[in-house]
Amino acid sequence: MNEPNGDVIQGTLDLLILKTLSLQPLHGFGIARRIEQISRDVFKVNPGSLLTALQRLERAGWLDAEWRQTENARRAKYYSLTRTGRKQLEVETADWNRRALAVARLLKAEG
Amino acid sequence: MNPVGIWRRMARGVRALVNRPDTDREIADEVQHYLDLATEAHRAQGLSAADALRAARLELGSATAVREQVRSHGWENAVDTAVADLRYAGRRLRAAPGFTVVAVMTLGIGIGASAAIFSAVKPILFEPLPYPAAGRLTMIWEAGPDGARLAGTFGAYRTLEERSHSFDALAVMKGWQPTVTGGDRPERLEGQAVSSSYFRTLGVSLALGADFQSADDRRGGTRVAILSDQLWRRRFGADRSIIGRTIPLDDDPYLVVGVLPAGFEPVLAPAAEVWTPLQYDLADGRAWGHHLRTVGRLKPGVGIDQARSELAAIAPDLAKTAAAAAGFFPGGFGLVRLKDEVNGGVRDALWAVIGAVALVLIIASVNVTNLLLARGAHRQGELAVRATLGAGRARLVRQLLTESLLLATLGGVVGMAVAWLGVRALVAASPANLPRLSAIAVDGSVFAFGFGLTTLVGLAFGLAPALQAAGRDPPEGLQWTTRRTVGGHRRTRRALVIAEVALALVLLVTSGLLLRSLSRLLAVDTGFEAANRLTMQIQTAGHRFAADSVTTGFFAEALDRVRGLPGVVSAGLVNQLPLSGDRDEFGAHFEAGPAEAPKAFNGFRYAVSPGYLETMGIPLRRGRLLENRDQAGAPLSVLISESLARRAVPVGDPIGHRLRIGAPDGPAYTIVGVVGDVRHASLGLTESEAVYTTLAQWRFADNAMSLVVRVARNPGALAGTAREAIWSVDRNQAIVRVATMEDLVAASAAERRFALRLFEAFALAALVLAAAGIHGVMSASVAERTREIGVRSALGASRGSMLAMVVREGMALAGVGVLLGLAGAILATRAIEAMLFGISRHDPPTYLGVTAVLGAVALMACGVPAWRAARVDPATTLRTE
Repeated sequence: MNEPNGDVIQGTLDLLILKTLSLQPLHGFGIARRIEQISRDVFKVNPGSLLTALQRLERAGWLDAEWRQTENARRAKYYSLTRTGRKQLEVETADWNRRALAVARLLKAEG
Repeated sequence: MNPVGIWRRMARGVRALVNRPDTDREIADEVQHYLDLATEAHRAQGLSAADALRAARLELGSATAVREQVRSHGWENAVDTAVADLRYAGRRLRAAPGFTVVAVMTLGIGIGASAAIFSAVKPILFEPLPYPAAGRLTMIWEAGPDGARLAGTFGAYRTLEERSHSFDALAVMKGWQPTVTGGDRPERLEGQAVSSSYFRTLGVSLALGADFQSADDRRGGTRVAILSDQLWRRRFGADRSIIGRTIPLDDDPYLVVGVLPAGFEPVLAPAAEVWTPLQYDLADGRAWGHHLRTVGRLKPGVGIDQARSELAAIAPDLAKTAAAAAGFFPGGFGLVRLKDEVNGGVRDALWAVIGAVALVLIIASVNVTNLLLARGAHRQGELAVRATLGAGRARLVRQLLTESLLLATLGGVVGMAVAWLGVRALVAASPANLPRLSAIAVDGSVFAFGFGLTTLVGLAFGLAPALQAAGRDPPEGLQWTTRRTVGGHRRTRRALVIAEVALALVLLVTSGLLLRSLSRLLAVDTGFEAANRLTMQIQTAGHRFAADSVTTGFFAEALDRVRGLPGVVSAGLVNQLPLSGDRDEFGAHFEAGPAEAPKAFNGFRYAVSPGYLETMGIPLRRGRLLENRDQAGAPLSVLISESLARRAVPVGDPIGHRLRIGAPDGPAYTIVGVVGDVRHASLGLTESEAVYTTLAQWRFADNAMSLVVRVARNPGALAGTAREAIWSVDRNQAIVRVATMEDLVAASAAERRFALRLFEAFALAALVLAAAGIHGVMSASVAERTREIGVRSALGASRGSMLAMVVREGMALAGVGVLLGLAGAILATRAIEAMLFGISRHDPPTYLGVTAVLGAVALMACGVPAWRAARVDPATTLRTE
């Protein structure tokens, strides 16, 4: 398997969604697009996982969802971050940084 | 998770469940929108419309799968699956109505019988008495050196009140049956005369008015009464102003001081509705009469043994006090917890009943398991297809368990209906002396019990088939549909049938033993002739009877009028009638010769009219019976029973010996005759020491007498005219307890008959279920082996040999079950040993008899499948393969 692994790291999809939505409200496809763009196509988002995750985050009260007209006059479900979602983003960001730092240290120690 | 979040999840889940189509459409829309945008993106990169769509689809995967993935998130989907499982299970059960009805009824009977029995035994076995800190309540009696129980005396009670430090409160009581007059008709009430401490000892507060005061105990004090809630409502219209008013009881005005709360349950006298202070004092002639019951409330922290040893320490002094007052104290005390006293007589029997009903429930569950396993064999194909199509093993187990739980729940619903009816029947059929009868009801805890039982049963019988189904590989399961092979599940089913037969046999043996006990009991020689005797109790009340001579005169006159009635052969009066529940015992103090120690025996004291013994057919063994010449003023004559004669005068002729009755210093009676023993307290008890005097020669007039009338035939028909004859003397006297002597004999065996009925019902249910089990297994076996049987007959096996093969197989199962059951019964019948009468619990005829019955039933159960096997047509069978 020489192909670079493009799957979103387990457990980080929520973080990526929250971060993306903290910039502006988006629909599902927009979120996927934005993640791929910002990560410069490192991450490929599986649509099934994405839509399930959106459902779950909405249920948890971190996202609000609203059916709106898109620029080209179609109905789409737009997601935006709630206040608790914003707090959750801070928590998950801090958590991610802590882990990333730990992994970096481990790698350095080995090298 | 914050509470808002939980709320939100719940709300969304509920909305999703309720608006399932809307939610689904929304998800579909979102997925579709995603797909559209992805397609556009691909087109923007230069793909053709068709290629763009394909690429987008590839990325997204199956749109349906995504929708399913999104849908399966959230708790509401678990509910959804369960509902789907339930629907499916419902369809499966509807598709096999025969199976469903049999299984549901089987479970209904098992669960219903268990719940009914549970509700009946719950107040007795599992609940404290309905008083505060009821564990501290004790019953105290006087006991002789041999442990023989004697009723308490007022003298002993007063001594204990002064000397004992173990009790917070002590109380004495005796029965009291006043007639309440005024209103449209007089009514005989059941009540108790008690020391004023009675309700305080029980820990009961009044709903209205005030408890008795210690001043109410004074002899000759104001007559006061406390009413039960029921009496207050029935007789006095729940009038709150009753407090402070007087009511006429036995022609005397009684001041009503209190009314008890509606929930008060008089455990010590279940029928009592009215209470009055006893008003004895030590100068009272009755102070040392053994006729009171004593109840005590232990101080907190005082153990029962501690109280016993304190009572033992007080006993010697009490004996001296009693002797000084010309009383008698037997030398010691007995003390038990009140709960044990109230329930002790039936507790073991109830545990046996619980055991029996548990066996029925187990047999019912085993039967349903067997039915499910048999169905499971037919369903292998279906399950295998489902597994092959991707249903997970857990999913299949869950599905099957849902099905058996649904079955159990249906059974539970039927069961609760059975329980509700069963409890009614139980209460209606139960012997009157079953303690705490009024507390028996189907209540919340019974429902909880039934529900728990249902779940347990559902899981128990569902697990075996579910695991069996899940444990098989799909391909093997698919082969099963051809029914070529016969698998290991048959072994399980055989084991289950054997267990069923064994358990049924245990129940059959128990009820067989009880049945034989009852017939032995009813064959007991009562000592009197019961046929064609009518009895009734005449009770005198009112000031008219203040003088004994009036009472005696009234009874004599009433007896004469009854004797004059057409059809009456003879008639007599007695103060206590055998098997009626009356119990009046006195000490018989025999005059000792110069070199002998004085001898005293406890015995029943009968005051009779001349002619009573002849009317009852009690045989004269020696000397003469009581006659008209044994009247007041004549030399005092007494008859004694054979047993008393044997014990008191072991050598020589008892005629001419003298004895005193009650007090050792009372007048001496000369023994003029010896008569046969009579079963007085119950058919099973051989307490037969008794003395008989004439009414005229007894020192006081009993105010209630039983009349016994002997007629040529049909004693019940005389009741009306006899009552009228008595009322023609005095219209205002209550006549109660009208019954033929045969009724009384039957009632005396009521408790055993009740237990027998229960066990019979259980045994019958077990027998039917076991038969159904054998039939089911053999039918399935024949059905599975149709091909084998076909081949055999094609090869020349006769129909007879096919028949014999099936019968042999079925009877082998039954035989193993019977052997195990016999061993089990030998152990299990220990539980009912105390309920047996006249036979051993290893009674061989019973064991042989029930084995024969079970064998015959098993043979019949094998018959149908065997007949079917014999009729297998080899040509048809082989062609269908």
